[in-house]
Amino acid sequence: MTVLDILLWGVLPYVVLAVVVTGTLWRYRYDRFGWTTRSSELHESRLLRIGSPLFHFGLLVVIIGHVIGLLIPKSWTDAVGLSQEAYHVQALALGTVAGACTLVGIAILIYRRRTTGPVFAATTRNDKLMYVGLVAAIVAGLVTTLLGASGGEEHNYRLTVSVWFRSLFVLQPDVAAMSQAGLAFHVHVLIALALFALWPFTRLVHAFTAPLGYLFRPYIVYRSRSGGPATRAPRRGWERVDAPPTGRR
Amino acid sequence: MRVMAQMGMVMNLDKCIGCHTCSVTCKQAWTNRSGVEYAWFNNVETRPGQGYPRRYQDQERWRGGWVRNRRGRLALKAGGRFRKLLTIFANPVLPNIRDYYEPWTYDYEVLTDAPLGDDFPAAQPKSLLSGQPMAVEWSANWDDDLGGAPEHGPQDPIVERLRQESEEKVTFSFEQAFMFYLPRICEHCLNPSCVASCPSGAMYKRAEDGIVLVDQDQCRGWRMCVTGCPYKKVYFNHRTGKAEKCTFCYPRVEVGLPTVCSETCVGRLRYLGLFLYDADRVAAAASVPDEKDLYEAQLDLLLDPHDPAVIAAARRDGIPDDWLEAARRSPVYKLAKEYRVALPLHPEFRTMPMVWYIPPLSPVVDRLTETGHDGEDAGNLFGAIDALRIPVEYLAELFTAGDPAPVNDVLRKLAAMRSFMRDVTLGRELDESIPAAVGMDVEQLMAMYRLLAIAKYDERYVIPTAHEGDAHQLEELGCSLDVDGGPGMVTGSGPFGEASGPPTPVSVETFHALRHRQTSEGIADPERPGARVNLLNWDGRGRPEGLFPPRKESAR
Repeated sequence: MTVLDILLWGVLPYVVLAVVVTGTLWRYRYDRFGWTTRSSELHESRLLRIGSPLFHFGLLVVIIGHVIGLLIPKSWTDAVGLSQEAYHVQALALGTVAGACTLVGIAILIYRRRTTGPVFAATTRNDKLMYVGLVAAIVAGLVTTLLGASGGEEHNYRLTVSVWFRSLFVLQPDVAAMSQAGLAFHVHVLIALALFALWPFTRLVHAFTAPLGYLFRPYIVYRSRSGGPATRAPRRGWERVDAPPTGRR
Repeated sequence: MRVMAQMGMVMNLDKCIGCHTCSVTCKQAWTNRSGVEYAWFNNVETRPGQGYPRRYQDQERWRGGWVRNRRGRLALKAGGRFRKLLTIFANPVLPNIRDYYEPWTYDYEVLTDAPLGDDFPAAQPKSLLSGQPMAVEWSANWDDDLGGAPEHGPQDPIVERLRQESEEKVTFSFEQAFMFYLPRICEHCLNPSCVASCPSGAMYKRAEDGIVLVDQDQCRGWRMCVTGCPYKKVYFNHRTGKAEKCTFCYPRVEVGLPTVCSETCVGRLRYLGLFLYDADRVAAAASVPDEKDLYEAQLDLLLDPHDPAVIAAARRDGIPDDWLEAARRSPVYKLAKEYRVALPLHPEFRTMPMVWYIPPLSPVVDRLTETGHDGEDAGNLFGAIDALRIPVEYLAELFTAGDPAPVNDVLRKLAAMRSFMRDVTLGRELDESIPAAVGMDVEQLMAMYRLLAIAKYDERYVIPTAHEGDAHQLEELGCSLDVDGGPGMVTGSGPFGEASGPPTPVSVETFHALRHRQTSEGIADPERPGARVNLLNWDGRGRPEGLFPPRKESAR
């Protein structure tokens, strides 16, 4: 366990977490208007209709896979009688299929973005950086999955990465466990941390406002002039002259 | 009974000359920004024609509005909540920009910079989306004035339906063609399917005046509202990634000014006013089994503002007295319910639209006159309305879900008014049987004539103002469109590229000042002499405090 290990697996995750939380809160307060998917479906839908669902649904399955792999301890699956081999096979199958879908999806989306004139014109540098981060994370993730499958290095990440991941949340990072994981895992985790740090500052924030509330609200929304969710205290510099300032900003 | 107030508009199509002034002024006011180059909150279509966006009325393709499902309940035609969330990554029925049109500009620089040569330089059209040279092939009113009608006319969804249903054909041969203009804005529906389609809950109907708005801070660009609206009057700003729509010029309406489209209408064909309606019965009215009953069901929702029971209920529901007074004087209520000459556009979409249309009698009159008949004789006109089935059926498809009877009634009333008033003007003996034939009395007919023909500004626009205390809060209601180079907006970029950062609110005070300046003789604000003077607003009259150094008494 070197100093570098401690910095990477003991300090960096908390720095990233702090960036994500404060960045998201700050952006939500400051830039709610910029909080959008910035969809380009208006310009082109033929490729988008294949690529976008492939990418997003693939990603959802990948996330579920990560949740299972990282949050459920090996002892639990052992307890229900799922052998390490059986677990590995199902994780490999699910991970490869979902990861491949995600990768193909994002490849289609990037191809579309590059070749459709108006879509390319609407692409910002911020978007390009985000795409690099996303693709790198997906590719690195797939590589770890496939390395595990090739059998050369039968590595059980549930005894290293997962233990470390869970230990982060009890504020006792198990740096030793993580430092034992293979290089591929190290790279994947570092890329993922970079992506998370970028997250609040890119269009990826739209994921944080997935509209699940739609399932539970009445169809027609009424808002009153006085009150209602959008009413805010006047911004600094916009207070009325005849009233004492009440702004909270 | 739960009484709610709704701002409504009536357009008298007989007066529309298709000059597009409303569209242009609206565009200047609201959508002269990049990202919404293609969007016309107000547009004027020639009918028959494909409309804008192309064939938007064809709901089998675009799946907008509501349908009545087997259990007799309303459902979104494009699918309910789960389906919406499942298709959120790629909306299968979102129009492409080319269904509207690809916006363009011209390469004007070439005109001055081209090197000397034998040919005149030409300004090539350039796409505003990609910046590349492009061929201009379609626009918001490409088939204006029946231009290209032999090619484009048959693709009008209504023409298609009429051709299937009726043995007589809509023809585009020059002698038999008919046409009229249809200006369209957002319908500010009582049962808005765009609001119901919005996954984020960013779209809402204002409880006080029923104006449907998009909260720009809450919109996440899921684009379901564009699909949900059967009139295709919600637009996706492709640069900000947010939905935008007609705002009924709420900052103007709140201070009693008419919308820009109404104010600038050359033909003065627009009427603005309040409806009172029973909010508890909207869902039931929108789900009547027979589409042809929707017009009556919608009329039935409108409450009589003279009825003491309605007044009492409205007071109980918090509608202020000056609003009730405005509702009693409302020209739109008179036209829609009292005279029953204004009809809703496409009631079969079941959204209960609140922009109403007085169908045009002119196609009938024109045809009569062309065939050598007296186009203003009541008997001739009544006969012609019955005989000329195609224009009537076309109007019925637009305004009454295909039922010709209400359209017939309206046209007969307009015909009766026309021929009765000719007798009045020519000093002939008045024939009371003419109004009687359409179920009106002379007094009513004269009142309708006055409203349709000579009503002045304050009769056409009866707009109660928002209460000052409310108006102040409205400023901060995050629905303003003044973003990204919009009116009154400080242009520039936030840290996340263009259009990020909080929007600058429309200042209600600015509009108050505007109204004051337009209507008063004195200086900008005589009530508050200490108020700051905006030199841009100062009209040269009076001597605002603080603008000049104080006069010295001794110097006089």
